Amino acid sequence: MYLDMELLRFTTAGSVDDGKSTLIGRLLYDSKSIFEDQLEAVKNVSNQKGDHYLDLALFTDGLRSERQQGITIDVAYRYFYTPKRKFIIADTPGHIQYTRNMVTGASTANAAVILVDARNGITEQTLRHYYIAYLLGIKSIIVCINKMDLVNYSSEPYFLIQEEIIRISQKLPVANLIFIPISALKGDNVVKPSANTPWYSGQTLMQTLEAIPIYNHSHRGPLRVPVQYVIRPMLDEFHDYRGYAGRIESGTIRKGDKVMIMPSYMLSEVTSVHLGENFLEEAYAPLSVALTLKDDLDLDRGCFICQPEQLPQTSSILEVMICWFNMIPMKLNQLYTIRQSTWEAKCKIIAQHYKINFHTLSEENSQEELKMNEIGRFTLKTSRPMVFDKYSQIRSTGSFILIDDNTNETIGAGMIQ
Amino acid sequence: MGEYKALFTIKMNHLRELEAEAIYIIREVAAQFERPVILFSGGKDSIVVVHLAYKAFWPAPLPFPLLHIDTGHNFHETIEYRDALVKKTGVRLIVGSVQETIDNGKVKEETGYNASRNVLQTVTLLETIEEYKIDAAIGGGRRDEEKARAKERVFSHRDEFGQWDPKNQRPELWNIFNGKKHLGEHFRVFPISNWTELDVWQYIYYERIEMPSLYFTHKRKVFCRDGVWLAYAPFMKLKPDERVEEREVRCRTIGDITCTGLSLSKASSLEDIISEIASSRVTERGSRWDDKRSDAAMEDRKREGYF
Repeated sequence: MYLDMELLRFTTAGSVDDGKSTLIGRLLYDSKSIFEDQLEAVKNVSNQKGDHYLDLALFTDGLRSERQQGITIDVAYRYFYTPKRKFIIADTPGHIQYTRNMVTGASTANAAVILVDARNGITEQTLRHYYIAYLLGIKSIIVCINKMDLVNYSSEPYFLIQEEIIRISQKLPVANLIFIPISALKGDNVVKPSANTPWYSGQTLMQTLEAIPIYNHSHRGPLRVPVQYVIRPMLDEFHDYRGYAGRIESGTIRKGDKVMIMPSYMLSEVTSVHLGENFLEEAYAPLSVALTLKDDLDLDRGCFICQPEQLPQTSSILEVMICWFNMIPMKLNQLYTIRQSTWEAKCKIIAQHYKINFHTLSEENSQEELKMNEIGRFTLKTSRPMVFDKYSQIRSTGSFILIDDNTNETIGAGMIQ
Repeated sequence: MGEYKALFTIKMNHLRELEAEAIYIIREVAAQFERPVILFSGGKDSIVVVHLAYKAFWPAPLPFPLLHIDTGHNFHETIEYRDALVKKTGVRLIVGSVQETIDNGKVKEETGYNASRNVLQTVTLLETIEEYKIDAAIGGGRRDEEKARAKERVFSHRDEFGQWDPKNQRPELWNIFNGKKHLGEHFRVFPISNWTELDVWQYIYYERIEMPSLYFTHKRKVFCRDGVWLAYAPFMKLKPDERVEEREVRCRTIGDITCTGLSLSKASSLEDIISEIASSRVTERGSRWDDKRSDAAMEDRKREGYF
């Protein structure tokens, strides 16, 4: 009954017309994840538009304006499963003005599928996508060289693109870099191996997705439980109960473990770990649990439960990479709200170091303000000391968002270096 | 709290990961909002959400009430299940009545063969949200249900008119959910966004959640309209060629009786249902009349403030 599947989240990215929506449509269609009524609906729309073939992109373009313009505007999430894994796809648009969505999709992904048009080779968008996947700590990047049917399945463009990306990866390394020649439209090497690419002996995209390591070793890391909410039942039966509810973002915890509360450095001992009514022998990342402690401590949302031997850092001055999402550029020394995990404070960006130039993937020494869809390195100062880890070590305690206090919008995202 | 009773070992799999994510989201609502509710329809998705919320706050009772928008066209089994659940958990129940909205002259009842109160309930929902000053409504919506839902955020912002602006949604990164808002605005929150229909049933099986009898095969008076089996109720208008007959059916989704298509099915257990869905060739909304009205029917209703 498929009760024990692994979960792989991946993001797809490509420039306009690279055929990303078509590729996802193809994955769903060939893996028999498209249902008859969806197929019927897409056939109807395809016929109305006068297309000669089934427009697979219609399976994913959800909003009316997207279908009219034939483009993807917003991140769309898609789901399918094979007997081995359940997959969550974050399908992100390739338009330059919507790059923030690529960052959004990548933030929860285990793998990134980057599409390159075999005819055009690497573009600025390809570099941008590669860089974002790298910056967000995605361990597996699968480069699909698409539209092989339009270059007569010649190996030349494939190897050129591969060579160039390998060169980039020497500076920006990822654990697992894979190249696959495909045609999303015709189905070559997507789910079924292609007879048109005899010079390619690797796996299809689907085989790759089923086999790549998920790299989720967070349960082996140092203990981090950000307190989300304090459970106080006010019932006779549980008169003195105080449960600290939170998600274990890293590490493993058992009854009897000694813990240190940050930022107060108070010590205590775990008296129980439970998930609903079930008391657990041990719990580990990424479970959401409730803990009770031996001592009555002043402990609230925004505190972190840690191991005394492996404490996070504490500082109000941070070195960060920031991606900007808002039409109004970032301003140095302006007050923003910063939210990291369940913790919140005010902050100012006090110094700018460099911006990323996506044409060359180089660090550009620029004092020009950070605009929408740009990424740069900054020094940030928080109104209260922040308890954190480097993003490369623990994602959840090393990442944050910036919120505009006037509009309440999420205007930027950052990673602690 | 006494001694450790039964020690429980957890094996990690996709269901546990989805559960952990959903519980995290529900707790974020409790922490970030003042007057949240759980939208309860009596369908499987909202039943799972209530179950997750129960787990999220145990041993404390649910810190927010259930809100049921009652179209007046319910399956009686739904109301019985709802009332039993309220009794068992002691949770507070708020009911918004579509009949009252109609009686107050705020909306006009649809007429004709396909008359449904499905669209009308948006008005009742928004009125109830305003009346109780609800700032977050937790729903059982899933992104795999329908293509407009696939683009919705977990914390989905609604302006002071209750409307959704799909082109101007807040980016949602990692597990950081921004629920900040101005007075009069509210959020819809979808803790099981990333679940599929199959995940929901597997989880129900895993957790042994009691389900309404409607989901299992039973004999019912039905009629067939344009290939969809609908339950017969006295207020439904039959076309001349439609005949009421008795069939063995079950619900795959539960909504208003006028728009809930039934499947001919002999599935009598959770195991039967799971294998039926795993091999199914049509989506669960394939038989929902409310979605068939136009290709963008769901998007249009959502923009207006629908669930």
